[in-house]
Amino acid sequence: MLGKLSLSAIPLDVPILVGTFLGVAVIGLAVLGAVTYYGKWGYLWRDWLTTVDHKRLAVMYIILAIVMLFRGFADAIMMRTQLALAYKGNPGYLPPHHYDQIFSAHGTIMIFFMAMAFMTGLMNLVVPLQIGARDVAFPFLNSLSFYMTLVGALLINISLFIGEFAQCGWLVYPPLSEMQFSPGVGVDYYIWAVQISGVGTLLTGVNFFTTIVKMRAPGMGWMQMPVFTWTAFCTTVLIMVSFPVLTVTLALLSLDRYLGMHFFTNDAGGNVMLYLSMIWTWGHPEVYILVIPAFGVFSEVTATFSQKPLFGYKTMVYATCSIMVLSFVVWVHHFFTMGAGANVNTFFGIMTMIIAVPTGVKIFNWLFTMYKGRVEFTAPMHWTLGFMITFSIGGMTGVMMAMPAADWILHNSLFLIAHFHNVIIGGVYFGYIAGMGFWFPKAFGFKLNEAWGKRAFWCWFVGFYLAFIPLYVLGLEGMTRRMNHYDNPDWYPWMLVAEVGAIVIALGIVCQLTQLYVSIRDRNLPENLDLTGDPWNGRTLEWSISSPPPAYNFAVIPDIHGLDTFHTEKQLGRQAHGKPLAPIHMPKNTSAGVFIGLFSFILGFASIWYIWWLAAIGLIGIVATMILRSADRDVDYYVPVSEIEHNEEVYSRRIAAAQAAE
Amino acid sequence: MAHEATMSPLAHADDHHGEHHESPNVFGFWLYLMTDCVLFGSIFAAFAVLRNQYAGGPSGKELFDLTNVGIETAILLFSSITYGFASLNALAKNKKMVLLWLAVTFVLGLSFVGLELNEFSSMIAEGNGPDRSAFLSAFFTLVGTHGLHVTCGLIWMAVLMVQMMGPQDLSERMMNKLACLSLFWHFLDIVWICVFSFVYLAGVM
Repeated sequence: MLGKLSLSAIPLDVPILVGTFLGVAVIGLAVLGAVTYYGKWGYLWRDWLTTVDHKRLAVMYIILAIVMLFRGFADAIMMRTQLALAYKGNPGYLPPHHYDQIFSAHGTIMIFFMAMAFMTGLMNLVVPLQIGARDVAFPFLNSLSFYMTLVGALLINISLFIGEFAQCGWLVYPPLSEMQFSPGVGVDYYIWAVQISGVGTLLTGVNFFTTIVKMRAPGMGWMQMPVFTWTAFCTTVLIMVSFPVLTVTLALLSLDRYLGMHFFTNDAGGNVMLYLSMIWTWGHPEVYILVIPAFGVFSEVTATFSQKPLFGYKTMVYATCSIMVLSFVVWVHHFFTMGAGANVNTFFGIMTMIIAVPTGVKIFNWLFTMYKGRVEFTAPMHWTLGFMITFSIGGMTGVMMAMPAADWILHNSLFLIAHFHNVIIGGVYFGYIAGMGFWFPKAFGFKLNEAWGKRAFWCWFVGFYLAFIPLYVLGLEGMTRRMNHYDNPDWYPWMLVAEVGAIVIALGIVCQLTQLYVSIRDRNLPENLDLTGDPWNGRTLEWSISSPPPAYNFAVIPDIHGLDTFHTEKQLGRQAHGKPLAPIHMPKNTSAGVFIGLFSFILGFASIWYIWWLAAIGLIGIVATMILRSADRDVDYYVPVSEIEHNEEVYSRRIAAAQAAE
Repeated sequence: MAHEATMSPLAHADDHHGEHHESPNVFGFWLYLMTDCVLFGSIFAAFAVLRNQYAGGPSGKELFDLTNVGIETAILLFSSITYGFASLNALAKNKKMVLLWLAVTFVLGLSFVGLELNEFSSMIAEGNGPDRSAFLSAFFTLVGTHGLHVTCGLIWMAVLMVQMMGPQDLSERMMNKLACLSLFWHFLDIVWICVFSFVYLAGVM
């Protein structure tokens, strides 16, 4: 009746997990209680959970990403603490079974549910506004994508308290992840969480590609598109080409596990190397899926805060597109040691070095943008400068490892761990936080606190170097990744330094939380309010409308005459568009996404535990909801002119108030 | 039907400009099909790697019955033609004929799936199931994935036929749906031609 599920699946014997569960339960009940106490369930359901508004979905994505950051970081600091203790006679406080789950969960959560969710959130918030659109091409699919991501995140976190998580790393390499060696439910949690969220990501890719191709404001040709939109565009291409490969790879692994097939098994002709090749065919483009939008953020931030047009807009676009293409011809560098042969390894080594060229072009473009600009050292600019230094170092260690001969020695060592954290923290994370600071006023109508933002930056920046430079040294000294315990006295001091680094990063996260708290508390102070909708003297269309924008974004779709039209028009002093207002056609909110998400959760959870009758209910529920939705004709409405006029009037009054204050 | 509901608000932003733009739904569906193409491509790649890993079990030469596969192929290709007739009648706004041709297509699709299931079950009954060897795992997965797609297409077709019944005319929204399903159905034909050539023909020769 309940498949593999029984009371023994709840790890009551692990005090850390019981404590975590109590903590999560208390916080969860407090949140639910608060919503009930203030009578906000209706508001939450109508205005947020069932919304198809890309700006609100963006906020929900980013909240999810921040929560997942806490989870992923808790895993990280636990690992660092274990390794600061587990030297010689001391076994540390995490037994191997638990430790292996932690490093697997850390990678999975940080990539799929922190970084991907954050990236999708930023894209949701910014892309339609930058191209002058009123929503994305498929608003309902957008809501569905969010729920798919959320369900994946829920499944992976439930594995903490019911059952276990995978113990074979964030990419669950077979044969270790096969039934023979991982008979528990850990790998199944991984598979279902990643598969369900992967469907959401794929839909996001299709949705935003269509949006950018079909819904740009009149006059906005390809070379008039803001750089962030370009990077989002390249990312959607990468998503559409690479995510189906991930889906297939994990599906084949699940067929091995569930139906006894032999794709990646040791016996009956299975081929483990096929898995490596397939998973990295997705995996390498994936890192560019994450970092290319971050490059877009840096471009917007640098141009805005240097008060100059971006240097080399066209080369930036070409560089982004080159990276997009090249990212598909480097995947073998993840397994040079597999023995593909000297010629193959040489080809992929050279391609990997070549991909550093367009990235270098970008770095120079940002530097030249700042050159002779009036640089304002805001918190987003701090993150950008920190990125340029950190990412360059990470890029260089990457080129080192692109040499197959060097990789033979560095492969699977902590040098590799240091390298990819160097580019992912220094590139992706710094970029997303810069983007959050930059566009926060657009989403909420007030700015984030600068002082706490800078404190957070310095903690992260210093903490990063303390935590990861020792890992480079340890890698060169021969320490491999995923070790639970060691005896080498040379390694011990470096591990202690890395632990200090992790603690400094923890302070950075505390500063970020404080920043959020202080900013919300002081939101109505005149210096924090964003009355004009253009707090930074911005260049692109999102700054031409009120903060937060109305649901339909643009009362009148603007005409575009060139790059940075909004900025040019500001300087020429042109204001009135003179076009008559017309009723605006908008999509209605829908609960279909919530229900499909709910049934997907049931399907995933039931399949993990082999509860087949429940899985059938989940599957039927998904199909039935989709059919009901397709028959629903009441999916849109018109915003009347009177309402648009009212909003426009309020906005003009706010601008007038801001001008009077000056 | 200018205000017919589609998924997109902006599909109609240009109502007010009086221009005609093609619906983003069909464009988006093309994109989805391209991702589906990558999906099949990955499974074909896995099949190409594992096609000779018999693990002491039977090879394609011993297993495949080209007559049966030939009938399946003919049925599926013919169902594309009948769907084409449905599309032509939809353009002519002849709803009854659309329903008729869809029904014919549905029956053909269903027979295809039936023949495939029959092939699968007889192979499994002889002990040559997907767990026998890596070759058979790849075979069942590749052909089965195509069959699963056809099944989804059948469910979709049935839903559209039910939604079309009743007195109302073919709406703009329904025309879009028919166009998407048409793309899907023809796409599955192309995939099947690859399956037929690279799995069955190459396996027997």
